[in-house]
Amino acid sequence: MATRTVEVGSSVGLHARPASLFVEAAQATGLAIEIGRPDADLIDAASILGVMALGVKHGEPVRLVAEGDGADAALDSLVELLERDLDAEA
Amino acid sequence: MSGRMPTGLGVSPGAAAGPVVQVAPPVRPPADEPAPADTDAATAHVLDALASVAQELDARAAGADAHAAPILKATALIARDTGLAKAAGAQVRAGKGPANAIADAVAEYAAQFEALGGYFAERVTDLRDVGGRAVAAVLGVPAPGVPTLSVPSVLVAEDLAPAETAALDRSKVVAIVTEEGGRTSHTAILAAQMGIPAVVQLPGATAIAEGTLVAVDGDSGEVILDPDMAVIDAQRARREALSAALAAVSGPGRTKDGHPVALLANIGGVDDAVAAGAQDVEGVGLFRTEFVYLSAQTMPSVEEQAAVYREVLAPFPGRRVVVRTLDAGADKPLAFANLGEEENPALGRRGLRLCEARPELLESQLEALAIAAKDTGADVRVMAPMVATVDEAAAFAARVRAHGLQKAGVMVEVPAAALRSRHMMAEVDFASIGTNDLAQYTMAADRMEGALAHLLDPWQPAVLDLVAVSCDGAMHLGKPLGVCGESAGDPYMALVLAGLGVSSLSMAPSKVPAVRLALSVHDLDECRALADLARNARSAEGARDAVRRAAAEELSRVL
Repeated sequence: MATRTVEVGSSVGLHARPASLFVEAAQATGLAIEIGRPDADLIDAASILGVMALGVKHGEPVRLVAEGDGADAALDSLVELLERDLDAEA
Repeated sequence: MSGRMPTGLGVSPGAAAGPVVQVAPPVRPPADEPAPADTDAATAHVLDALASVAQELDARAAGADAHAAPILKATALIARDTGLAKAAGAQVRAGKGPANAIADAVAEYAAQFEALGGYFAERVTDLRDVGGRAVAAVLGVPAPGVPTLSVPSVLVAEDLAPAETAALDRSKVVAIVTEEGGRTSHTAILAAQMGIPAVVQLPGATAIAEGTLVAVDGDSGEVILDPDMAVIDAQRARREALSAALAAVSGPGRTKDGHPVALLANIGGVDDAVAAGAQDVEGVGLFRTEFVYLSAQTMPSVEEQAAVYREVLAPFPGRRVVVRTLDAGADKPLAFANLGEEENPALGRRGLRLCEARPELLESQLEALAIAAKDTGADVRVMAPMVATVDEAAAFAARVRAHGLQKAGVMVEVPAAALRSRHMMAEVDFASIGTNDLAQYTMAADRMEGALAHLLDPWQPAVLDLVAVSCDGAMHLGKPLGVCGESAGDPYMALVLAGLGVSSLSMAPSKVPAVRLALSVHDLDECRALADLARNARSAEGARDAVRRAAAEELSRVL
């Protein structure tokens, strides 16, 4: 099981466009990936509604967990995505 | 068969004819839907419905422009959501039929998002849109909302949601007719902004058969079914006469004898500003700033705000732009400045009152406006919404001036402000009457309550009396007083307002030419006489009729 913790870089937090981009990327890995606050329950990272309902703000840390082949590489690419200010790139 | 319908309320000027496209009403799951006999089959039915909605949204995204495509793709992502599918599956296992299972799963998420407020609450519209489409797919009925239009059409609906109106394809929608709605409903305001003729409150509108040819007159509120060629020709002739009359006058607003009445645009964002900047207007009389804040989860920084304001002000170097400071509150909650639920949001801590509780909101907004004003050279004038006392006006003006902004003003929306105009205006440089809210507070009638639209009629003599009192105070001090409600865009009302002493009129830019024409064919004394006629009437209808009958024939012939 691979796990990573990363601070959300998007200035608007993890909703709107950043949430859509993150969920699409999580789905594209084909792995079961979960996301949540470091000390809280995790939810399915492929669920846009679940991700938005977390209400994660700019600068807040989130934990990512994945299982299976290529889990480490998949999480590294998602961490890289979350660190960027996705909204500014719109 | 040619048929005249009962007359509706014309809310966006112009006339057009085309085939009717009915916008399907919202779909509700049947209350008597049986519990599924086979839960696996019912779950599969739910998943198929959600998948077909996702596919349809993706297909629409592929054919949409750069503005609409990401919105449609994000909505498709919701339809494909694993959490939503699981929640609906759980409802099926709990004994719900497929339609109710989807509706209840959507309701669960909607409640969560509404509790989060701000941006999340806005996304509830998309979520419900997906839910409505999936329920329709399960039931095998047409999807709610605006269908894809293949030919220029007249859209007919019970009422249109703001998102539906905003996403309309202007090249395919020649007119809008709704059975409900009112003069200040979203449909009316957006249609006027987009220059699409619109009639609201037309009884029986949703019963008109799909494809019926109708002629719509957005000025008189008339809708004619299967008009014969004579009607269409007459409509075209009138439209041509109007265009010719409108084209004959241009430039700053003036009465026939040269009394200036500035003609200004109402705007609510960068796109509006760019469009208005290209029009023949003297500037902006109402810039609503809420869009900068409503979708933000945290307070935007001064530099972020200034960047947006620079874009809005850029088209107006040397022209005036009247900025209304943040008008948020319980009905338009901000994620980062929510003071909690209120029993009576319209009478609660909104507008300037919210900024009194959270002074940093106003301070950062004024700082950002001062920066953008300096950078663009626009003649920026700042006014506060929901001012009720002279002390509030004085305190606001002091804060505006402390930021180096030259002109401070107040909105006159609360009857108290109108009645105390003489004292209120002594503290500020200008004021602007918001007739929609002034009518709401004068007549004690909620703007959102369609059944009370007759009370909200800006021709109500009581509202005109309050406008007159405000003007007396302004003229006594020699200070400018404008009107920035929808009523400023009614050419007949514009004459009355000019006669009462109003110095500027701000409206949707599409309404400016007709108002300019109306002013140009009446001198100031005639406007004063029309104002007297309106105030001497005993009802709103009486006031409107008296003014229409007495107005110059050059105007009534073409309108």
